Amino acid sequence: MPDLVYRAAPPGALRVEPLGELTAIFDRRSMQTHLVVSPMPEILAAMGAADCDTATLAARLAESFDFDGADDVQSILAERLSELAAMGLVARA
Amino acid sequence: MRHSKRIAVGPVQFRIGSDWPEPIAALEQLYAGYPQDEARPADATVCLFAARSWRRWVRASVHSGGDFVVPAALPLPLSMGLLAAEMGMNLQVALGWRRHMLLHASAVARDGRALIMSGESGSGKSTLAALLGEGEWRLMGDEFTLIDPVSGDALAFPRAVSLKNEAIAAVAAQVDAARLGPLMAGTPKGDIRHLIPRAAAIAAMHEPARPALLLFPRFGGAAAIEPMGEGEAFVRLTEASTNYVALGEAGFGALTRLVRETPAFGISYPDSATGIALVEQLWAETK
Repeated sequence: MPDLVYRAAPPGALRVEPLGELTAIFDRRSMQTHLVVSPMPEILAAMGAADCDTATLAARLAESFDFDGADDVQSILAERLSELAAMGLVARA
Repeated sequence: MRHSKRIAVGPVQFRIGSDWPEPIAALEQLYAGYPQDEARPADATVCLFAARSWRRWVRASVHSGGDFVVPAALPLPLSMGLLAAEMGMNLQVALGWRRHMLLHASAVARDGRALIMSGESGSGKSTLAALLGEGEWRLMGDEFTLIDPVSGDALAFPRAVSLKNEAIAAVAAQVDAARLGPLMAGTPKGDIRHLIPRAAAIAAMHEPARPALLLFPRFGGAAAIEPMGEGEAFVRLTEASTNYVALGEAGFGALTRLVRETPAFGISYPDSATGIALVEQLWAETK
């Protein structure tokens, strides 16, 4: 699977409100409310402003989370990113 | 419309028009104690009209219409004109109101703090609110509760309480018969009888109350209390709000704030007395 590159939503587009185990995200562009669980909020927070592939994302997340040597981190992130893209919260760069 | 009546319920001013005098007369009895302001423009209009012009004479049957018209709204016999008016009022508010977030929930208040109860039809939220409203609580509403997106306060919508089936006898045993409307037996929603809220609840209908407790009652089964997380309360209340989507970010902000600042519980109860005891217990614990 090629390492696709994604772009975060523009600054101010999303309003992210943690509600216990769930996180509610209001997308000001679509006026839609999305309810997500970990690791989606962490992925969105780690995306940054520039284009981002799963290798970059994995490296950034590894600074905050212990992946315990798991070798499938990138493939899991690729799946999550494609789900976030389907919700319109990130876009293919 | 040949007959009409203006009614203010909480922040909503209704104008109800009818082809017949009977539903208006019934509304005048139920809403006699509500504030009257004939000069204020109507926020919502409800029209009870004859399904066919000749029907007015042959076999009276009312349709409800207004600012929003649901084509499939079922015609009701004239004896249920009051029910048609109530359904019309609910419909106009549910579809048209934008100033506040509207929750399909009952509410009562004490000491300026609100207890909000959300649940499906049959959960007992209306009956619990009606019974609490006969005690030390102020009835804010049995069907809708409004949340101010700016302040976060709950606002009352104390329409005449719609008692259904078994709740009719339970409440009728406690109140003066003069506060009950006519019994409508065998409506599409079962037997219905309206209860006029206590005068103090009507007089205080413009006073906001701070949400203090969110309950999701379920009638039936053993008494149980289950704490509910912010996320689940948020999901349930988005489903219980008729205008959450229409309000956009204002609704999102109001709802996230409500579930964060207000403790929430699911409760199960086998009878009203147990339900009220659970409510009082949780209320005492949230102080």
